[in-house]
Amino acid sequence: MNHIVIIGNGIAGITAARHIRKLSNHRITVISGETPYFFSRPALMYAFMGHLKFEHTKPYEDWFWAKNRIELVQDYALTIDTVLKHVYLQSGNVVQYDILILATGSLPNKLGWIGQDLGGVQGLYSKQDLDLMTVNTRDISRGVVVGGGLIGIEVAEMLHSRKIPVTMLVRETSYWNSVLPLEESLLINRHIRHQGIDLHLETELTEILPDVHNRVRAVRTNKGDEFTCEFVSLTAGVHPNIEITHKSGIATERGILVNEYLETSTPNVYAIGDCAEIVSEDSTPKSRVEQLWYTGEMQGETVARSICGERTKYERGILFNSAKFFDIEYQTYGSVPARHADEKSLYWEHPDRRRSIRIVYTSEQVIGFNLLGIRYRHEICKQWIAEHRSIEYVLEHLDQANFDPEFFERFEQEMIVLFEKQTGKKIHLRKQRSFFGFKKFLGNVRASV
Amino acid sequence: MNLIQIEIPQPTHPKESIMKKIGLAMFALGMLVFLSGATGAFENIKLFYCLGSLGLAALGGVLFILPSRNDGLPGIKNNGVMFRAISNRGALAWMTSVFLTGFYILLYWYPEYLKGLITSTDVISFGMTGKAATQWFLYGTIYTLAILVMGMKMIIKYRHSRYQIVRTISVMFFQLVFAYLIPHILEAFQQPEYYFTYFWPLKTSVLFPNDLQWLKSQPGALPQFMVFWGVIMSIIGVPILTYFFGKRWYCSYVCGCGGLAETLGDPYRQNSDKSLKSWKVERWMVHSVLVFITVTTGLLWANSIYGGELLGSASMYFSRWYGFLIGAAFSGVIGVGFYPIMGARVWCRFGCPQAAILGIFQKYFSRFRITTNGSQCISCGNCSTYCEMGIDVRAYAQRGENIVRASCVGCGVCSSVCPRGVLNLENGPVRGRVST
Repeated sequence: MNHIVIIGNGIAGITAARHIRKLSNHRITVISGETPYFFSRPALMYAFMGHLKFEHTKPYEDWFWAKNRIELVQDYALTIDTVLKHVYLQSGNVVQYDILILATGSLPNKLGWIGQDLGGVQGLYSKQDLDLMTVNTRDISRGVVVGGGLIGIEVAEMLHSRKIPVTMLVRETSYWNSVLPLEESLLINRHIRHQGIDLHLETELTEILPDVHNRVRAVRTNKGDEFTCEFVSLTAGVHPNIEITHKSGIATERGILVNEYLETSTPNVYAIGDCAEIVSEDSTPKSRVEQLWYTGEMQGETVARSICGERTKYERGILFNSAKFFDIEYQTYGSVPARHADEKSLYWEHPDRRRSIRIVYTSEQVIGFNLLGIRYRHEICKQWIAEHRSIEYVLEHLDQANFDPEFFERFEQEMIVLFEKQTGKKIHLRKQRSFFGFKKFLGNVRASV
Repeated sequence: MNLIQIEIPQPTHPKESIMKKIGLAMFALGMLVFLSGATGAFENIKLFYCLGSLGLAALGGVLFILPSRNDGLPGIKNNGVMFRAISNRGALAWMTSVFLTGFYILLYWYPEYLKGLITSTDVISFGMTGKAATQWFLYGTIYTLAILVMGMKMIIKYRHSRYQIVRTISVMFFQLVFAYLIPHILEAFQQPEYYFTYFWPLKTSVLFPNDLQWLKSQPGALPQFMVFWGVIMSIIGVPILTYFFGKRWYCSYVCGCGGLAETLGDPYRQNSDKSLKSWKVERWMVHSVLVFITVTTGLLWANSIYGGELLGSASMYFSRWYGFLIGAAFSGVIGVGFYPIMGARVWCRFGCPQAAILGIFQKYFSRFRITTNGSQCISCGNCSTYCEMGIDVRAYAQRGENIVRASCVGCGVCSSVCPRGVLNLENGPVRGRVST
């Protein structure tokens, strides 16, 4: 029985701990200074908005950890001695490990803006950030969000939910267009503005201006505009939190370097989640940092298997992700490039301009799906991509992919009409069998009326 | 957790906020007039007084609710639910709870204190049934109005979700027509007051021997149909419908208790207890009630077959105590009185024998499940928090497992509040239902 020490109780570290417990009898200790118990980081916004209390963001009841013999230590781990196998904590305590898993997460980027350390200026990542934001946004007249990514739009929604006017500065020509294709990006631009957010595209922050108390009083942009505000949220991405590896001998670059087995340069030390930089020789680019909830979860599961006897390569499989932009849900499966090269794309937008479907395909097969305001089935999309299904096959069976609730409008026929118009081919939609042919019956009734 | 509770300013459109204020004023005025009428002050203008005051209150409610359709774009807007006293077990919630509980105690055991109010509704009762109002007529009228007015609020709140709209219109319809108009119209035609949407064991009289024999002895074809309908639905109809659609066809589309919970009770759904412990308590309690009522029914039939020699008068006490403990104390006083504190489905979850029986079918013989969409769950907890039945939905969703739980009433709110589109209520093949 080894003592496995995990630094970080986010999704990666906790998933590793849970799966190690499932697979073995090792002693498990999880160290985190942030909170005593695991919580869902993506849910922090809902605690701010009052949809949830913070306690609701904890996926397991507090008794769960003792019952599963996962020891929790609330303390900050400062340094590691990889020879003695010691972790030194802020309290002065020392923890001895046999196997160490680093799951230290990320830190918000501060890109060297003038005034970035003023009062009322902050990023949003940790529980402490959330508490600070709660204090920083009390009784303010305007908040400025710097950055056009997922956290940026979440902070905008958070402030908006408390009726605080928001100005959003986005460097790019359109929201998140490094990831979203143009049409989706434009749709979200419109939705942001429709919410009443003051969205400025192609606008960069140049300076944050202080008041007499060394708190922010305004921001200045490259267009020469000045926006009065008492709160600035810096949401220009995150970078791996690798402070703990300092002087430990563990190799780092952007993140903590690991191979495809999530092993660091030091034996018996692994790194997973946001903090890990995965190097794989046969891919371009040679290394990548994955900062998603799902990848953290998968890496935690992989490392648990390796530690419990079956050395396992981390394979992400067919990509997927999801998010929510104010009221519009977003799901993506497979590969949907922001700009097309050779692949073709079938894009349909609902007349209400709040919903869209995009299917990306090559002459051989479908490679990706993008959904806004419509839900598709993960398993089905994944299966079609893995089985190299053609666009014709996918359209014929599109009925199976829909995951919207009952009574919702369906748009399979619209996709087919669009495809037929673009290519001149004929597609026949195969409807799923439904209970007693009830839908068919309704359709007949409608047709006869 | 030190999330500081702040007062959020709510700058709505001025015109709308005026409409809301007028609505509130009308509601208050209507209630005041209605209550003051309890003294008999409006003896000469009874019809005008009764319809006028209740109508004014209801219209006020509607005027207050309608402008909210312009509060932001359609979508899930649970902003501030955890900060407000009324929805977060604050002073207002406790006050409301004491008021509701008190009202039910008066209604069930001391109706004489409500005499003035009951007589106030005489004029409607005479119009509909040709008889003077009882406390149940007063109750039914207020109950139906509450479902209709708060149902509008529900529809506006979920105006982006057809599932929620259809379901809400359904409970409003069944309450108004089948639980209010038809029973009273039947009375007017000298027929037995009968509720076509309540079955055994929720409405025990549907299968109790004495009640059945009495109904059978009534003249005309309609009472015979009632006997047939109640027996067939209780024994055959309920299981078949539950096999195809799950428990929701009843609890979230037809039932009056469910109707009130889903409309008046919707703002309190987050207060249900999600702990594992509460699930254990729930299973013991609700199934005990079911066992009790089944044994009672069996004994009553045995007794009736043996000509009353078996139990003597004991069987009567048996059903009387059931009526007191379960019918009144549990379903009414605790069931509705505790809405703001324990969520709106306390009765459905811990006490309703119909829910228990539907739950057993749903768990073992049904095509219904909540499907989890692959690995898209982010464990945020919105689904569990807003589950009125206290199901820890997230515990299943985050493992990628489907949810097949006896207690699920299929309200669909977990699916609505999920920010990643992970949950969907579906009917499908029984095979492979549990393991995705």
